[in-house]
Amino acid sequence: MMQTSAARRDLALAAIVVLLFVSVTAAFPKFARPGNLAEILDDSAILILLALGQMLVILTRVIDLSIAANLALSGMLVALLNKNYPGLGIGPVLLIAVVSGTLLGAINGLLVWRLKLPPIVVTLGTMSVYRGLIYLLSGGTWVNDNQMSPQFLGFIRYELLGLTLLSWLAIIGVAVFAVSMRYTVLGRNLYTAGGNPSAATYTGIDPGRMQCIAYTICGAIAGLCGYLWVARFAVAYTDIALGFELQVIAACLIGGVAIAGGIGTVAGVVLGCLFIGIIRNALPLIGISPFWQMGINGLVIVVAAVLSARRREQKRAILETQAA
Amino acid sequence: MRRRAMLVGAVALAAVVVAGCGERPQTSTDGKGSDKLRIGIVAKSLGNGFFDAVHKGADEAAATLDAEIIFTGPTTPTAEGQIETLNALIAQRVDAIAISANDPDAVVPTLQRAMQRGIKVVSYDSAVAKAGRAVHLAPSSDELIGQTVAQLASELAPGGKGKVAVVSATPTSTNQNSWLAQMKQALPQYPGLQFVSVVYGDDVADKSYRETVALVKQHPDLSVIISLSSVGIVAAAKAIEDQGLTGKVTVTGLGLPSELVGYVRKGVVPKFAIWNPIDLGYATTQVAARLARGETPDNGQPISLERLGSVRFDAEGIGAMAKPFIYDQSNVEQFAAIF
Repeated sequence: MMQTSAARRDLALAAIVVLLFVSVTAAFPKFARPGNLAEILDDSAILILLALGQMLVILTRVIDLSIAANLALSGMLVALLNKNYPGLGIGPVLLIAVVSGTLLGAINGLLVWRLKLPPIVVTLGTMSVYRGLIYLLSGGTWVNDNQMSPQFLGFIRYELLGLTLLSWLAIIGVAVFAVSMRYTVLGRNLYTAGGNPSAATYTGIDPGRMQCIAYTICGAIAGLCGYLWVARFAVAYTDIALGFELQVIAACLIGGVAIAGGIGTVAGVVLGCLFIGIIRNALPLIGISPFWQMGINGLVIVVAAVLSARRREQKRAILETQAA
Repeated sequence: MRRRAMLVGAVALAAVVVAGCGERPQTSTDGKGSDKLRIGIVAKSLGNGFFDAVHKGADEAAATLDAEIIFTGPTTPTAEGQIETLNALIAQRVDAIAISANDPDAVVPTLQRAMQRGIKVVSYDSAVAKAGRAVHLAPSSDELIGQTVAQLASELAPGGKGKVAVVSATPTSTNQNSWLAQMKQALPQYPGLQFVSVVYGDDVADKSYRETVALVKQHPDLSVIISLSSVGIVAAAKAIEDQGLTGKVTVTGLGLPSELVGYVRKGVVPKFAIWNPIDLGYATTQVAARLARGETPDNGQPISLERLGSVRFDAEGIGAMAKPFIYDQSNVEQFAAIF
């Protein structure tokens, strides 16, 4: 029952995304060119990766507000590493970005799991702490494109079959998530822990531990995205990706991930990201005022919330009729 | 020696007691020279290269003025953060505050409270509404900036002819909008230039990048992109480089040499303008210190800026330091090492 309703929802969202795409193309025909589509994918890649991480966290009934700060801190770390040791190559950069992100994510996870602190409070706190650390680490200075090695900048722009390596990373991420959320024990446990924590506990799954794992994986992704972000925009400073966590959460919500946990699909999240990706690339092309852009984004989130609220009521109604 | 210090202390204490409760000794009137002026310099946000350069100039001026600089600001560029910062400075009883405001009106009540307590308030870079400060020191006049960027665009457009677009910061940014208005006024002097549109990158890298890409798609024959924000110009330059349009579309505007040196070398940003933020910090500190020592800016009385000449403030209390300086291949490397 749940599977089919989620599938129906994903299909509806896919239809909306296609409709959006068609109407933008009608207004601006060049939008549908393959090159432009590749650019939208490239532009959405970081959002897709982060939203997949955030999905894990939201599935287990918690939230990660520090995701963009983690990205910025890990990004600054590798930018400084590259600035001071430009000869290191790309391997150590990727490794350090992921390790730093993993550690920062694990801090969130342990605080929520072991100390039973409210997730919003914890990640709101670490969000500020991580931003502050960037300032301490960099002394407030910028790392600019001329201070980054060509390898560091070129890696994500390397093209394979018409798509950048950055796009391929997102595609690989989606594939790995799609398979492991459905077919691995960990994937199923994450759904169970968020869907019904008491039932999960009775079957031997510790929901707190699942939350900690979700935070850690999300952190690892954020760390990787830190490198990707810095390399893509060729600049690192304290405020990079400021407020981006809200776009990531918005992508999850539009994609049908229930903020109360337990419900959400990889396909939905990807569609949510593409929706935001198309909106933010199309609206400036059509020449819509920036105030409307914000308004439209907000409207879509509210509509998505209304849709999931309605779905929950239907579910409850079924339980009640069964009881009666 | 120690006895004398104690004596000074005792006299100071007595002076405080005599002056009575709630009345603190006026540093500007006793003129003994023994008390260092304390000047709080408030940035829009910490971690911004521009304000680090301002800090450097402020320290330079402070050394000659027998003043102490307290450089501070919020970690994010918000009015709320600045109000907290200001409250902390008021609690520290500084002699003067110089602020580059994130919002011209939101900080006014807090600054009025500071002025009621005898603190001299100066705004610099981004102005505070008249009610909230004694004077505003603009790094340059909006008019001069507008003229300079229009001139840059005309020099960069091939044969002085072509389409020009602007990547701004937020639609509500005070200084962005007034520079833009002045630039539009200056544009008719260059009949070859056609102004096509303004887009808003909100001072964030990803949005500025995306808006720039949209600009060149919307206007395939664009020749010059102007950005008057340090985040915007870097993002616009990266976008033009990534789109493979280097040399076809040139980027110019206001930015920092250290942030643009790479793009100047590559020819994406052949030249750009900025006033010297070190000079701005220097001049701001001069004005703040001189006001705290009792000089008045009224009636067009010039205030000395020492090595930078002097500044006159108009009836609105606004004065301009100098006209922006143009950086290109010949001098950018040298300045990149400074700020």
